[in-house]
Amino acid sequence: MTIYDSLEAVKAELANCMKCGNCQEVCPIYIEEKKEAAVARGKIKLVEAVLKGDLEYTKGFEDKLALCLTCKACNEKCPCGVKVDKIILGTRAAIVKNRGLHPMKKMIFGTLKKPGLFNFGIKTGGKFQGLVFKKHKSLHGAYPRFPFGLDLRRIIPPLATTPLRDQVPEVVKVDNPVKRVAFFTGCTMNFIYVDAGKAVIDVLKKNNVEVVIPKDQHCCSMPIIAHGDAATAKEMAKSHVDIFSKLDVDAIITACGSCGLTFQRHYLELLEDDPEYYAKAQKVAEKIIDISDFIVKVIGLDKSKLGPLNMKVTYHDPCHLNRGMGVKSTPREVLKSIPGLELIEMKNADRCCGSAGSFSLTHYDLSMAIHKHKIEAIRATKADAVVTGCGACIMQITDGMNRFDLNLPIYHTVEILAKSYAAKEGEKEAKAVS
Amino acid sequence: MLAQNILEELKKIVGKENVLTSKEDMIAYSFDATAAMPEVKPDVVVMPENKEQIVEIVKLAGQHKIPIITRGAGTNLSGGTIPIKNGIVLSMLKLDKIIEIDAENLTARVQPGLIIQKLNDAVAPYGLMYPPDPGTVTTATMGGSVSECSGGLRGLKYGVTKDYIMGLEVVMADGSVIRTGGKTVKNVSGYDLTKLFTGAEGTLGIITEITVKLIPAPKYRRSMLAIFDDIDKAGNTIADIISNKVIPATLEIMDNVTIRTVENYAKIGLPVEAEAILILEVDGNIEQIVINEYETVQKICKDNGAVEIKLAQSDKERDAVFAARRAALPALAQVRPTTVLEDATVPRSKIPQMLKALKEIAKKYNLQIGTFGHAGDGNLHPTILTDESDKEEMERVEKAVDEIFKIAIELGGTLSGEHGIGMAKAKYMEWEFGKEGVEVMKKIKDALDPDHILNPGKMFGGN
Repeated sequence: MTIYDSLEAVKAELANCMKCGNCQEVCPIYIEEKKEAAVARGKIKLVEAVLKGDLEYTKGFEDKLALCLTCKACNEKCPCGVKVDKIILGTRAAIVKNRGLHPMKKMIFGTLKKPGLFNFGIKTGGKFQGLVFKKHKSLHGAYPRFPFGLDLRRIIPPLATTPLRDQVPEVVKVDNPVKRVAFFTGCTMNFIYVDAGKAVIDVLKKNNVEVVIPKDQHCCSMPIIAHGDAATAKEMAKSHVDIFSKLDVDAIITACGSCGLTFQRHYLELLEDDPEYYAKAQKVAEKIIDISDFIVKVIGLDKSKLGPLNMKVTYHDPCHLNRGMGVKSTPREVLKSIPGLELIEMKNADRCCGSAGSFSLTHYDLSMAIHKHKIEAIRATKADAVVTGCGACIMQITDGMNRFDLNLPIYHTVEILAKSYAAKEGEKEAKAVS
Repeated sequence: MLAQNILEELKKIVGKENVLTSKEDMIAYSFDATAAMPEVKPDVVVMPENKEQIVEIVKLAGQHKIPIITRGAGTNLSGGTIPIKNGIVLSMLKLDKIIEIDAENLTARVQPGLIIQKLNDAVAPYGLMYPPDPGTVTTATMGGSVSECSGGLRGLKYGVTKDYIMGLEVVMADGSVIRTGGKTVKNVSGYDLTKLFTGAEGTLGIITEITVKLIPAPKYRRSMLAIFDDIDKAGNTIADIISNKVIPATLEIMDNVTIRTVENYAKIGLPVEAEAILILEVDGNIEQIVINEYETVQKICKDNGAVEIKLAQSDKERDAVFAARRAALPALAQVRPTTVLEDATVPRSKIPQMLKALKEIAKKYNLQIGTFGHAGDGNLHPTILTDESDKEEMERVEKAVDEIFKIAIELGGTLSGEHGIGMAKAKYMEWEFGKEGVEVMKKIKDALDPDHILNPGKMFGGN
């Protein structure tokens, strides 16, 4: 029985909580709200109340359980090692089972499940978005022209007119490859941050790695898991397990913490009671590796390939990349290795930016209140660019800069690495010319 | 349930966004960090933003005789913030400002909702510190820790909360506002009301401002861990350290049950056969003195037959030494579903006797008791590992707890070193103070809060 099938399965996790309240120190939502029901131990108490029959699956319960970024800061802080996000996700699945899924979410998730339809919608969106969005003058984003479920203060990144996966071949070959990998692009790099996606391929190519980019891959299902639609998430997990276990590759590269974590952990949780799929999912999970980890730990960062970049940057740790996949040092190693580049650490670099994917849509004001601390931390570094390793964080920081009056370029770690490689190439070419 | 018009009044006072009434919210305020306590939901949670609102709330509550339970972070360990008689939970978390840091007079004035660590962060640039450091220093509020008079790991050298509270502003049960104490080191005017409200657990008034004493932060510190195969040897070590005129900032002890559990939980290389481990830290502002004290402590440990002494040479090694102690409670908490943590305290010379008595009690009632705590100040944390749902076992737990407090008092100790009385220990008060002593306290309570609206059911039990 998985945690997504029955609330009984989270009981053991609940029992570990001694209600000490240490989670209060780090919970971004509690820090803003200052209410017990907003922090992990309060939510755990509510789940216990439901299990004991003291509380029904009420709208109020659903609303309280929605107040979690799954940033895992409490997991890390908890002296008893309670995996709070597991409780939250399991409970959200139970809520959907008991209260049903909001019709709007049902429609969206239904679309995400059908890759073809989703691709079509997003591509059409890419062509017509000028009609609904007004471009921001310098940040990579646009304001919505009409309030169609989005806050009008918000800027949303433009969709690519042609998604990444339509721009690149399914197999990117190199001469004498040292490794063969698959690349799971994720939605943000396929539809929005296409340049970051290209940088992943570019960097892999530069390291003599052959890249397979399966055309039929789709959304990893993290947003669906986060909203408790376990049935849809299971289908998507199976589909990805099928797609990726077929491939003869040494590794599966991700460049988004949430996508990577979903493959690494959530698919296993979702498929726990399906022995056949579970075994396959395990093999896929073992191959998942973030691009920074892959370059630094597997390939080895070849410093002779790095050209100078004259910039001061600060690095934001995406929650799912850092606390989820344990990738914290390698992006910094990449950045510090680049000649001329100065890395200035911001205060609380590992604190959630408040995005949590769709949380920023459903709880915009709270999400921005949390985010304000991030922008202030960035501002205080006086860096001239922000680097991070997750598309959703890039989206949130872009919007936050607009809200809180800061205007810096934001890059994925791998884009900086690609730039450094390009700078070296440029040097070589300049030398060849002279 | 409170009448609708009272809820409306509360909303008028603090704004409707600061009044919580949903069943879900009430469940979230039906407990605190204390194990094995009844869960009781309040009628309403109110989050005032200033003193004026608190005065209005108190007047309204007084008029309708509604209980007010003042709450900070709800991290106490004596059931102090459980709204046992329902009523209004007054959450102080929005009054979280530092009003003033007066480096010249070594004081600070803060609001009660401020988290203790935030005060330390703010005074650190001045080279100052606020010494009380309960385990919850990064979550607990100043108001809560003043009301519970919390202690911490540095009690032996630096004392506890009451040693650092110089003045208070308090809203009384009738809505009047008083100020006690002040910024001066010397102040003997009138009764010492500051001390009266410190540790009063919110039963006498509502603290709205706190003036604290700050001290220069020690620049140097040295830590070590000493392992003993015999409780008496550890006990003698503690006695010898003090009689050699060394006052360590930290002098912690862990018994065998705790050592085994911590090792099983954290795998940090503790010897599971050891009968006791002492964790020691000396600190100060003159490096040579700190080094001298460090060497003295080492020698005393050795002379008393410590099996092994681990010296922390770096911050990293210091963290490793303290990791063992920090893991004590969480490790013990993993063993069984319910963790009953007590803080019975004895004169430090009686520590070996107390440890032996605890062992006897565990045996007598067939219970698992792990003991750790602040050996330097005699404040032990006998921790009973049990299961709330096992009625028969809980009866044995209750008897064991009775006996723990009995022996603590017999040895010249006290019911509570740092957690407060709350609901958990109310029934033992007469053992420590006698009928007459409790009567004096009750008279004070009756005089200041005649209708018993302030945190009822605490300190004396069922009133």
